[in-house]
Amino acid sequence: MTLLEQLPALQVAIPFLAVPLVMLLRPRGFAWLAAVVTSAFVFCTACAMTVHLLGGGHLDYAMGSWSPPYGIELRVDSFSAILLLVITGASTLALLGGQQSITTQIESHRQPMFFAAWLLALAGLSGIVLSGDAFNIFVFMEISSLASYVLIAGGPDRQALPAVFKYLVMGTLGATFYLIGVGLVYMMTGTLNLADMSDRVQAVADQTPILVAAGFITIGLALKAAIFPLHAWLPNAYTFAPHIVTVFLAACATKVALYVLLRFDFVVFQPNLAGHTLQFSYFLMPLALLAIIVASVMAMREKHLKRLLAYSSVAQVGYIMLGASLVSQVGITAGVLHVFNHALAKGTLFLAVACLALRLSSLGIAGLAGAARMMPLTMAAFVVGGLSLIGVPGTAGFVSKWYLISAALAHDSLGLLLVVVVVLGSLMAVVYIWRVIEVAYFADAPDTAASRPVPALLLWVTCVAAAANLYFGLATGVPVSLAQAAAGSLLGVAP
Amino acid sequence: MVILFGLFLLTLLVLTAVAIVRTPNLFVAVMLMAIFSLLMAANFFILDAADVALTEAAVGAGVTTVIFLSALALTADRERVTKTGTYFAMGVVSVTVVVLIYATFDKPVLGDPNAPVHQHVAPWYLEQTPELIDIPNVVTAVLGSFRGYDTLGEVFVVLVACIGVQFILGASPPPQAPRGQDEQGLRHHLVPQVVGRLLFPFIILFGLYVQFHGEYGPGGGFQAGAIIATGLILHALLEGESAALKAIPPNTLLAMVAGGALLYTLVGVLGIVLGGNFLDYSVLHSNPVTGQQIGILMIEAGVGITVCGALLSIFHAFAVRD
Amino acid sequence: MDILGYYNYWVFAVLLMIGFYAVIARGNLIKKLLGLSIFQSAVFLMYITMDKVEGGTAPIIQPGAVDQIYSNPLPQVLILTAIVVGVSTTALGLSIVVRIKETYGSVEEPEIFDADDV
Repeated sequence: MTLLEQLPALQVAIPFLAVPLVMLLRPRGFAWLAAVVTSAFVFCTACAMTVHLLGGGHLDYAMGSWSPPYGIELRVDSFSAILLLVITGASTLALLGGQQSITTQIESHRQPMFFAAWLLALAGLSGIVLSGDAFNIFVFMEISSLASYVLIAGGPDRQALPAVFKYLVMGTLGATFYLIGVGLVYMMTGTLNLADMSDRVQAVADQTPILVAAGFITIGLALKAAIFPLHAWLPNAYTFAPHIVTVFLAACATKVALYVLLRFDFVVFQPNLAGHTLQFSYFLMPLALLAIIVASVMAMREKHLKRLLAYSSVAQVGYIMLGASLVSQVGITAGVLHVFNHALAKGTLFLAVACLALRLSSLGIAGLAGAARMMPLTMAAFVVGGLSLIGVPGTAGFVSKWYLISAALAHDSLGLLLVVVVVLGSLMAVVYIWRVIEVAYFADAPDTAASRPVPALLLWVTCVAAAANLYFGLATGVPVSLAQAAAGSLLGVAP
Repeated sequence: MVILFGLFLLTLLVLTAVAIVRTPNLFVAVMLMAIFSLLMAANFFILDAADVALTEAAVGAGVTTVIFLSALALTADRERVTKTGTYFAMGVVSVTVVVLIYATFDKPVLGDPNAPVHQHVAPWYLEQTPELIDIPNVVTAVLGSFRGYDTLGEVFVVLVACIGVQFILGASPPPQAPRGQDEQGLRHHLVPQVVGRLLFPFIILFGLYVQFHGEYGPGGGFQAGAIIATGLILHALLEGESAALKAIPPNTLLAMVAGGALLYTLVGVLGIVLGGNFLDYSVLHSNPVTGQQIGILMIEAGVGITVCGALLSIFHAFAVRD
Repeated sequence: MDILGYYNYWVFAVLLMIGFYAVIARGNLIKKLLGLSIFQSAVFLMYITMDKVEGGTAPIIQPGAVDQIYSNPLPQVLILTAIVVGVSTTALGLSIVVRIKETYGSVEEPEIFDADDV
């Protein structure tokens, strides 16, 4: 076996090896260093797999050398690769820049536990994306969810606790719904391997347990992915989490649930269930449109910077779902691309927030007055991230919006309406981003002394993330080709 | 006969569940929850799931109850009943139940040997286990080897719960006068003291039996870890928190949790080093069947150590706050 | 016989609903977690129900036994995993409830919301 063939297993095994070490060895700063090194290492393995997959195809891995469907199979294709890049990239950047921010928010004796939980969240999210087995996805979903609850509960404000409790209850309900759905499909097919399920569902496609299973799996994962109107847990969980945790989770947590939803639906149900494509479209498109409109309105009315961005995330999940609900090559390309680009934009914005939080006493929008003069680089990065979120040409966000609009125009009857909603959503994004920028650049600064200088590393990471938004706005080759291959494999067309 | 017994147990389950939801006394609710778990375990047993029954009894009725009780001691044992969103809840719940019952009518009936579940993957496990792994308990074979990656994930679920509880309860508690009464444990109560002391060695012995006999009969790392943890929790309740923590300090427990997980992962990595795939135990020995047996023995040990350490350290994290 | 054959699934559906109801309608956080436990246990029952084969026995191969029918081992393995996931979630949830009690002085949802609105 060459090293390349072992990479899918190492992607999870390396963090799993690092976690006990982080728990046991606790000299000062070691936990952080170990977490950064591990995270950077799995980022490199993700890159190596992506490079290999650029030519199309997929990497399969039989766990324990037991061939599927008897053993558990890992399956990495372009769609998984793009998610892996987002997960490991966000984790690495957030950890690299986050040491100072974490030290101010979490006591030092609790930090080894915190970083161990971080690595488990990383391993869990990667494990979901890698897996080709329905039950294995559940196990890793639970690892990542429990670890995220722990990370969010680290927030210093007491409101983090009710927020995380709500997330725990809704997340567990969602995961259990998914488990019920998997159980029903297993009951009718006798297999847990996704590819094998796809072959065997055909024979029983018209039976009620399968239809009910499709419903349960969709609703369970929609809860996890914060698809409107099941997003109630998200705004407060993101707002009260430690700032660096928000960077990590906002970039990838909900998107991984979306990934499972799309993969399950497109691989198992759509090829086999008569009329399912239309149901999928009719069910998710209105929700996507409502998410874009309602969540953007909420964001425009919000007074707290982090909650404003959290509502914006709910809206952005709407764009991704809109692309997917078109069930066309271009539509899904747009959705997958938006997963990548939104992670870049939101990651940059939340990194900038983490910088601001070190200097400012409050993250209310009114408290930002004078921030631009005090921290010009941070605010510049915030502006770039904001432009990318809006979808201004020259930034990454523009590329996915462009694909989304061209996919919407190709839709038979509703094309124009969809375009109107997308444009309206972008205009509302202009409004809520402008509200922040207006205060930060043009309001008079109160005479408060700066509390702490922003560490150079965090500032540097924020600028790199902002630069990535510009870079991927111009050099669109790699993400677009990955997204196109992902859409092709989801639709069952050879890329 | 067995069917009638099953019907009786199932009906009792529903009644218990209703009682749990209705009673405003949380202490009663938790005790009913333990009964619920025991009924569930009995049910699993008549459905031929001996391993699951053992786990449900040890984890559900034993450890979960103790954790709930220690949390109750720190919060409140009476519920202030507030009727919020009852109609909404009723609506959602009724829709879901109708959908689920609608789904039952195409399901294979209980015990149908021609059901799809019994056709595809499962018979392969039953046929191939004697040949490929050669241990009698097929559940252990599937758990340890065929789906060993799930079990690895499960160990890390326990680990994350353990570090999560340590992390969340590691925040400094609000200042209040320490209560000294629990230092005594139950030492001043004669009956629990005598009975507990008598039971303790047998519980540990039974736990070890379940650990090492898991390849031949029902049992394995999870069950053993949970049973041993229950025994040690009993010890802690009898002798008091500080005596128990002196016997096994918190850092030792954390080392157990980390060590078990590390052992499991290293066995997996060893598979790669020796030229196989991750978690491939066949390469551990020149004879692949022996290799599988060695692998399963080692990972079961890892599982047992982690589960025992994690459950104990979760219990202590709650108990020391009291 | 058919009615009896589906009874397990109906009990699963009813238990699921009882747990679900407690999670949504009760304001007490500990009651919510108890409801969540019932909810998860119901799913365990569904999986274990499928493993039963008429006339079968637990899947532990008995040497020398010919034509012995064994029940399905796979759902059992899955539920062993799920039980451990359940207790982990409960423990984590309870630790959060304990912290909520310490910082808010209450474990009733309406009171917690009110405390932050002021």
